[in-house]
Amino acid sequence: MNLRKLAVPTLAIIVFLLLWEGLVWVNDWPNYKMASPSDLGPAFTRYWELFLVQGWQTLWRTVVGLLLAIFFGVGVGMIMGFSRTMRDALYPLLVGFNAIPKATVVPIVALIFVGAHDFNTVLIAFMISFFPIAVSVSIGLSTLEPEYRDILRSLGASRFTIFWKIALPKTLPEFFGALKVAVTLAFIGTNLMEIVSPHGRGLGALFDSGKTNSDYPLMFAVLIALAALGILLYYIVVWLEQTFAGWAERAET
Amino acid sequence: MASDYLIEIKNVTHAYKLPDKSKLPVLNDLNISIAEGEFCAVVGPSGCGKSTLTRLIAGLMKPDEGEVWLHGERVRGPKKTVGMAFQNPVLLEWRTILDNVILPLEIVAASMPRKDREARARELLALVGLEGFEDKRPSELSGGMRQRASLCRSIVHRPEVLILDEPFGALDAFTREDLWQTMHDLRAEEPFTTLLITHDLRESIFLADEVVVLSGRPATAQYKMRIPGASADRSIDDLYTPTAAEQLNVLRRQIEIAQGRAADEDLGPVLEAAQ
Repeated sequence: MNLRKLAVPTLAIIVFLLLWEGLVWVNDWPNYKMASPSDLGPAFTRYWELFLVQGWQTLWRTVVGLLLAIFFGVGVGMIMGFSRTMRDALYPLLVGFNAIPKATVVPIVALIFVGAHDFNTVLIAFMISFFPIAVSVSIGLSTLEPEYRDILRSLGASRFTIFWKIALPKTLPEFFGALKVAVTLAFIGTNLMEIVSPHGRGLGALFDSGKTNSDYPLMFAVLIALAALGILLYYIVVWLEQTFAGWAERAET
Repeated sequence: MASDYLIEIKNVTHAYKLPDKSKLPVLNDLNISIAEGEFCAVVGPSGCGKSTLTRLIAGLMKPDEGEVWLHGERVRGPKKTVGMAFQNPVLLEWRTILDNVILPLEIVAASMPRKDREARARELLALVGLEGFEDKRPSELSGGMRQRASLCRSIVHRPEVLILDEPFGALDAFTREDLWQTMHDLRAEEPFTTLLITHDLRESIFLADEVVVLSGRPATAQYKMRIPGASADRSIDDLYTPTAAEQLNVLRRQIEIAQGRAADEDLGPVLEAAQ
């Protein structure tokens, strides 16, 4: 079972790389049009130190942005979940805020906090991943059936006890669903800032330097590295979900 | 002032505020008294304020007028001495059946050792036939079993008052009759005073010592019927006796009146037949 779980996705990745290699080979594309997987190996071995340093930069800023998004997203979600008035007040603001393409916010943020590259990157990662978390938590809390509350309320339980024992665990599946979306969004945010801001750091900056130096295999190698980081974080969330909300998953029949 | 009754609903009138600021009266000068250890079933047309009644007794709402008394004390807020079960079993999916039953003890008996809580919960689960299912999750159980677990949860903290809001309403007929029997068995073991809201007249005469028919909205106690021998050993067969048929007939007519479908004066002969 465990072997199968590991072998199937590994095989799928190998098949994907082979198809990619074949596509480039059949069309005889030069690597400035499209690099092939066999070009990536040399790019990685040549710049492996850069990949480690910049990859770490991207990773920690993404994670910090995500943690902020979780903290404020859950906070705003709770406010909207418990108060109808606040929900009515905040929803249009949130939707409008989310509708603004973050690519347009990046240069503004870069200008406002010029030079504060770490801060800017974390801020964009936070802004882009905050929305799904806030919405899912607010929906999870506001759709709690009144009977659940009544069972504890009729025993004289405090609001906090009701939240801690019922509302919070009941919202966890929705929360983790949103977190999976937020993880990939946060990477987009981080990289937008890294690519756009001058003298940036992180994988986005490495991508940008590949562009300026016409090192196309490097650019593709960065994309692959980003995908790998995304997969890593995603599965960490999946693991957390199984640990804390595994009950929501139905047994296979 | 000492009273003979454990639950007393005195002249309760209540109305809901509608969004357009007008009021929807649901209860009108309602009086119900239930003696300690008695089982009272409340029946009535849909939407006549039966669920409002449960929330008033549980202290989750305050009546506009009138008073609710529990054990000689006026109800002003939630009390720890109340247990509730609903049509929806509302079990917590992330807890095992055992931990679901324990939940009220975590609130009202925080100092009780875990071992004692478990022992108490296991004892009740065995009583309703859920032995061996303690470590299952609610999603692994059938609807009837979930409702059994929900019943255990509602009485695990030995409440004085048990409020049942159509707990058997969503079950199929056979499961429902099984659960009526279970309810009888529980009553023999555990001392509690019960108010049952139901739509099922057979259920009401099978389980209750007294059946109260509520009128249509705004509801008042329109008719009360004592059911002799309800707390004694009963079996489903008792529902197919001539006495039971007459009781059901009277109650049916009362419901029709409550729904406004029959006139009061038609009732004379039926009432006589039931005496």
